[in-house]
Amino acid sequence: MAKVDADLPLKGGFSFDLCRRNEMLVKKGATLPGFRKTGTTIVGLVFQDGVVLGADTRATEGPIVADKNCEKIHYMAPNIYCCGAGTAADTEAVTDMVSSQLQLHRYATGRESRVVTALTLLKSHLFSYQGYVSAALVLGGVDVTGPHLHTVYPHGSTDTLPFATMGSGSLAAMAVFESKYREGLTREEGISLVAEAICSGIFNDLGSGSNVDVCVITKGKTEYLRNHLLPNPRTYVSSKGYSFVKGHTEVLSTKIIPLTQKEKVEVAAEGDAMEE
Amino acid sequence: MSIFEYNGSAVVAMVGKNCFAIASDRRLGVNLQTIATDFQRIYKIHDKLYIGLSGLATDAQTLYQRLVFRHKLYQLREERDMRPETFASLVSAILYEKRFGPYFCQPVIAGLGDDNKPFICTMDCIGAKELAKDFVVSGTASESLYGACESMFKPDLEPDELFEVVSQALLASVDRDCLSGWGGHVLIVTPTEVLERTLKGRMD
Repeated sequence: MAKVDADLPLKGGFSFDLCRRNEMLVKKGATLPGFRKTGTTIVGLVFQDGVVLGADTRATEGPIVADKNCEKIHYMAPNIYCCGAGTAADTEAVTDMVSSQLQLHRYATGRESRVVTALTLLKSHLFSYQGYVSAALVLGGVDVTGPHLHTVYPHGSTDTLPFATMGSGSLAAMAVFESKYREGLTREEGISLVAEAICSGIFNDLGSGSNVDVCVITKGKTEYLRNHLLPNPRTYVSSKGYSFVKGHTEVLSTKIIPLTQKEKVEVAAEGDAMEE
Repeated sequence: MSIFEYNGSAVVAMVGKNCFAIASDRRLGVNLQTIATDFQRIYKIHDKLYIGLSGLATDAQTLYQRLVFRHKLYQLREERDMRPETFASLVSAILYEKRFGPYFCQPVIAGLGDDNKPFICTMDCIGAKELAKDFVVSGTASESLYGACESMFKPDLEPDELFEVVSQALLASVDRDCLSGWGGHVLIVTPTEVLERTLKGRMD
């Protein structure tokens, strides 16, 4: 059958159409671009009645800071969140995909998602791509079986731990955890230890920076503390900033296109008259 | 040499008060040789949504055609224009589909959404979204654009002030980049009109 739907939206999965061309370009001396990395410090710990996750907010592209306040704690389910390190597109895509699978699973079963379900979905996807989908994750949540914290490596291996760190700042953060973590931390102690570990990554690892995001998951309650700490405010703004004289820029041509307001079609609330 | 530097480009988008600006340079080159000085990198998706595609021009044009196709399908099915947030997710999905053999483009998306709220966003070539409140940049001049925008940008600018800021940021940046320049295209989009201008720049 002739393939008429060549350009129609695919149902899913990767497309390898351009691989041969790109390989040819490399052979001809072009270098392929790097991807946006999270270059990250992400951590998680189990405290007395739940899990605390933490992340910094810097995204890098090589040595350039691409985003000073990005979100690295991804939603998986109302009771499960996941921190992502590695290639930004991969962490985003893999968490989005699994969270939609979990949502469908909840619709089918009518039960709260379990952390192990998310873990298995993540690791089986990552393992099947043999490490080429480079997402390193810290997965945490509270389900019917209690609080859980896992790390997932890009190749698909997983760990189950009371405290975990990942990303380029993982050593700096782990140093804090190793010296100060103990069992039975309270909520406040847990949050402040996570924040301290992230700050250690922010200040000692060049790939991590800006602010601290925290997510606290307890039984039946999830709190996402976006920008919990702002240890690096911008200090170099002048109150006035630059100002330019209007009409200063040399313009070659100007075209003004008025936008006509689209008429709103009112849909009658009572639409039953036609149905007889 | 990176494949991103083959044609050379500079694209920037900025948010103003109920408006946004998207601007690009006009050069199309092959390495250091200039081929065209009136090249369009900013494409219209609908009246209030634009996409600037930096990087390899051949991929930019292919990608643009696919995006227009997908947007038209959406319009037929939904009988409305796509919201900028939706469109950004579409671009991201199309790019991530080619994760292991990417298009060599870095998109900049700018649009007015519901209630004419400005939306800007950029991505890397495999669709990692970066949503920003102030400005986004891409292309070979991105490093100098970061610096220029970081110092020149002010929040809540009126359309005419925004035009000056975005134009000066663009011109200052492309003057420090060999691979982009030859003036610029600037679009200022407000809820009632689109102001399209071409800028005079250095020709070296």
